[in-house]
Formats: sequence, structure tokens, C-alpha cells
Amino acid sequence: MERKIRILIAKPGLDGHDRGAKYIARALKDAGYEVIYTGIRQSPESIVRTALQEDVDFVGLSLLSGAHNELFPAVVDELQRQGAQDVVVFGGGVIPDSDIAYLRDKGVEAVFTPGTSISAVIDFIEANRERVVSR
Amino acid sequence: MSDYQTIREAVRQWESNVDKVLQRFPERKPQFCTGSGIPLECVYLPTEQASEHYLDKLGFPGDYPYTRGVQPTMYRGRLWTMRQYAGFGTAEESNARYKYLLSQGQTGLSVAFDLPTQIGYDSDDPHSVGEVGKVGVAIDTLGDMEILFDGIPLDQVSTSMTINAPAAVLLAFYIAVAEKQGVSKDKLRGTIQNDILKEYIARGTYIFPPKPSIRLITDIFAFCSIEVPNWNTISISGYHIREAGSTAVQEVAFTLADGIEYVKAALAAGLDIDDFAGRLSFFFNSHNDLLEEVAKFRAARRVWARVMQEKFHARNPKSLMLRFHTQTAGSTLTAQQPDNNIVRVAIQTLAAVLGGTQSLHTNSRDEALSLPSEESVRIALRTQQIVAYESGVADTIDPLGGSYAIEALTDRIEEETWAYLDKIESVGGMVHAIEAGYPQKEIQDAAYAVQKQIEAGERVVVGVNKFTVKEDAPKGLLRVDPRLRQVQIEKLQQVRAGRSAAELEKSLHELQTAARDSSQNLLPVILQAVQNYATLGEICNVLRQEFGEYRESIVL
Repeated sequence: MERKIRILIAKPGLDGHDRGAKYIARALKDAGYEVIYTGIRQSPESIVRTALQEDVDFVGLSLLSGAHNELFPAVVDELQRQGAQDVVVFGGGVIPDSDIAYLRDKGVEAVFTPGTSISAVIDFIEANRERVVSR
Repeated sequence: MSDYQTIREAVRQWESNVDKVLQRFPERKPQFCTGSGIPLECVYLPTEQASEHYLDKLGFPGDYPYTRGVQPTMYRGRLWTMRQYAGFGTAEESNARYKYLLSQGQTGLSVAFDLPTQIGYDSDDPHSVGEVGKVGVAIDTLGDMEILFDGIPLDQVSTSMTINAPAAVLLAFYIAVAEKQGVSKDKLRGTIQNDILKEYIARGTYIFPPKPSIRLITDIFAFCSIEVPNWNTISISGYHIREAGSTAVQEVAFTLADGIEYVKAALAAGLDIDDFAGRLSFFFNSHNDLLEEVAKFRAARRVWARVMQEKFHARNPKSLMLRFHTQTAGSTLTAQQPDNNIVRVAIQTLAAVLGGTQSLHTNSRDEALSLPSEESVRIALRTQQIVAYESGVADTIDPLGGSYAIEALTDRIEEETWAYLDKIESVGGMVHAIEAGYPQKEIQDAAYAVQKQIEAGERVVVGVNKFTVKEDAPKGLLRVDPRLRQVQIEKLQQVRAGRSAAELEKSLHELQTAARDSSQNLLPVILQAVQNYATLGEICNVLRQEFGEYRESIVL
């Protein structure tokens, strides 16, 4: 039987806008994935701690305050420091197009902006399924 | 046959004609509902009771139960306050934006603070990395606040501050700046949001657990009732509840339930209802569904008036009036085809005005992309001015009153609001309900259902799931300089170096002592600490130590 993919949806930074994060978490759960949600105002360190404890394949970061250029790469770096560089990181929120190349360069593999359909997120996860289950 | 029976007879005749039409031309959908799912009749007709209950249910503008408005002349006397929420970067940049807005005909200020300020962290705190100056202005000390209001006489503007957990500290900063300008406390007009319960429910900038948080709030009520009598001590907010995805009914119900909790707390602290209730104000969202929104505002006024009179026995008419600020719905703005947002905001503006708001913020077209540019902010302000001066809707009071559709929706929203209020009362009030995750879950379920409908194309969002075009990346977006944190930290260090260590030590110690004794009002000691240039973070850290910190109950 195929192993269930495990996804952590996390909110770094200080903003409390969790409508998007909760929607994604619930919709991914409905799509059959194991989903854990951190709650708001999590530091990069605590997100990575949860990711390791829960042994997740993906970390999805949601941020609407504009602190993404600082905090998304901080999560990627911390995963690396903890030897968990094979965890796939993606992000979403109010993120200007002009920041997306920078974030991808820093190891955030996909960035989903407002209006993205959940199927785009699912397509991204499925495209990486082989890679994460064989890790 | 009575008039009403004659009408019913005619209605039956009409309906049978309509049936024939429908057989050839079916309606666009099997059922029509408001944005929040209230079913809509194809047309609303006179009811038997309409005129019978007029005085009881509607009354006159400025009269109980205030369904038609809180003032007897409404906008014929004075237009609503046009108050654009603004603030970003440093105090200097925000000060320039306020002066620009005032020069463009804005009539009140509304300060947006950055998230570290809202959560009581100084700019050099590790929690503040990446967030300094991003969604609002960074304020660490009285020094920043002096710059923020430089050249703006505080006896001549009213200022609204979106600040909750550390509201007492920011109010103290404001009072201290006013005193430096030679303006006494009793001349100050404005509002602090100061609504912690909706932070736990929907907005997230809490610091302390409910009990000490509510003490801070009632301390503010008590202090201001004597010292700052024209200040709105709280703005009980449904705005963020709606943004989190609630229905219109939930927005009203949870907001009024929060209000009831504050009133109970203030009474328990020994205040007299009429000493503080007149300074309670509210803050609602204005969403896309025009008729439902107008009805929502009217229903909210009616329910609050009844709560205050029947449950709390308020005697002063001011205590019964639900006065409110409105903001158009940020969550309805789309990143796609952003100019369409101007139209959405115009409709939402109409809803707020037809609903009788006391002040209004109109969102800018580019807010789904970034902080608004100066040009976008100007269009948003012009939208209010066009509705005020050109549309004519401000020239007669409650122009939709008596509309069958509006009155039926008003009744329906009122009825469903009472049902929620009873339910919340039955679990012991809003603090208990929040701790059990009840309003959070209700909101989340509503948000999830709407998003599913959008994904399935059952609910049209123009430019997003229908009528889409291929677009270039937008240009001219406002960016906050990432070096700003460093600039702010340097300013903070200068203030720390220039103050008296002994005075600081003494005032923080007094704050700690006062925090331990709930019979002491915290405002005077906080005011003294800010005057000695204690930072926001230092004050909040003393209180964190004494009060502890709130932990979110995660509901999914």
C-alpha cells in the first residue's frame, strides 16, 4: 500500500491571518494527506522542531505580513542545519511576483499566491511524491 | 375583505403568472441566497404586521431601538468621518502619509502599527525579525510617537489606533505626546481598538491570557471615564471575524457577544453602566452583498439597543446606541485585475453608508498585492467622497428603510443573532466559548464552505474563477525597505542611552507592583513609565512576567 504523505502547514512570523493556512490544511486533509497545522506566530526553529517530530515530507509556509523574504529562507536553513534538507518547502500568501525568484533560489520550491486553486497545490505535491517517498 | 387580504389575493394571481413565465424562462439558479447563505425571496411583499410594529422595531433616527440610525439627522447634519487606515515604515514616513491624507480632505487619522508593536515587542527583539515597519509603523518609545504626530495638533484631529493587547501603552504614548503639545487629556478625541476577545477568535495579536487582558480593558474604561472623557475606549470588532470567513450573522453575533462580555467585566469591576457604555464603539466589515450588509448594520443596532436596555438596564440613551466604524472587505479584493477592486470597494462603501456608519475606511485596489501606493489610497478616498457628495444617498436618512427585502433581512439577521447570543450565554459567555474553540470553529466552517464553492465555480469571483485574462505583473507596488529594522534599532538605542536609568527602574518596579494588585488602575503607572521613556517592549515584558502569555487553542 502507498505510504500516506505527511504535510506540515505552518505560520512563521507574527501575523494572525490564518484563513488561507487553515483552508489549505483542511483541503489537503480532504484530499487524503496527513496534515498537521502549527497555529500562528511560530518561530522558524519551532516549525522545524515540529517538522522533525512529525516526520513530515512537506512544509507549507503561509505568511501575509511581508516578512517572507526573511522567514521562509530561515525555515529552509534550519531544516538543513538539522539534516532534514530532503523535506520539501513551499509557501503562500501575499507575496509579490518579484520576490518569487529570490525565494525559489533560497530553496522554497513553490510559491502560491492569492487566487491559486487547491488543485495547483495538489499537483505540486504529487509531482514530488516519488522524491519524498524514496527519501 | 381587508387590504391585506386583497393584496394576498393579487399576489396569488401574480405568482401563477410568474409560474408560466418560469416554465419558459427558468431562473439563473435553483435558489438565490445572500453572501452568507440566507435564502432570498424573488420579491419581498408587504406583511400584515409591517406598520403595526413600526415604532417597536424601527422607530425614528436617533430613537430607540436605533434601527434607522443613531443620530436624528444622520448625514444631513454631518457626513461620516472619512478615516483611512495608514502607517508603514518609520514614524517619519507615516507622519508624511498622514499629512498627505489630511491635505486630501480626510477627516480623521487611523494608525496602523507594525506587528511587533501590536504584540509588544521592541524592534530589536528576536521575534521582530522581518516584521519591523511591514504592516504598519514601528513604535518603540515615546520618541517615535512624537515624530509620528509631529505638526499634527492633537486637539484638532480624532485619531483611531488599531492596537489591542498593548492598547494601554499606546494610549499612554498618545496622552504623553499631547501633553508635550500643550493639549490636555480631556481635549483628546479618538479610539483605541482595545478588543482582545476578537484577537483570540480571529486576529491573533494577543499577548496575555483573558483575565489580565480584560483587567487592562476595564482599567482603561475607568481611567478614561474621568481623565479622557471624549475617548472611545474600545472598538468592539467584527471586522476581523468576517475577514476570517464568518457569515454576516456570525460577524454581528460574535461581536455583540464580545461586547456583552466586556460590559459584564466592567460591571464586575464596580463601574456603573452609564459611566462607560456611551464610550463603547464598534467596528464592522462591509462586504459585497449590498442588501445583506445594509440589513446587518441595522440589525446590529437594534439588537445592541435591546441588550443594553433589557439586559443591563442602561438609562442614558448614549449607552444604548451602537456607533460603529466600517472598513470595506479586504478579503474580497483580488490580486487578479486589481482595478476591479475599485468597483467592489464602491459597492461596499454604499452598503456602509446606507447602513448608517459613523466612519469609514475604504480599501485600496492593490491591497491583495502589497501595501497601497499613494495613488491607490487617493482613489479609495475619492470613492467615499463621490458617494458622499455626488450619489445623493447621504441626503435622506436610512433610504432603504421600509424596503420589504431590507426589513425582512434585518429581521432574519436579528433572529439568528439572538440564537447565537443565547447559545453563547448558555456555555457561560464568550471567554468560555473561545476557550472551547466554538466561535473559531463556526467561522472556519463558514470560510471553508465558501472557498469550496469558489473552487467549484459555484460562487463567481470576477477575474479569478470567471472572466479571467492573461495579465502582466503589476508595477509600482510599495515596498518597505528591509534595512528599516536597523534604522529603528539605532533610534531605540539612542533613546535607551539618553534616559535616566534610575527613573526607568523605579517606574518599571511600580508597574510590577501595580500589576500584582488588581485593585490598582494600571494606566497612571504605565503613563509614568512611558514619560520616563520606558520602551513598549520593556513595559510589556514586565506584564508578561506577571500575567503570563496566552496559548492559542488550535481548531482545525
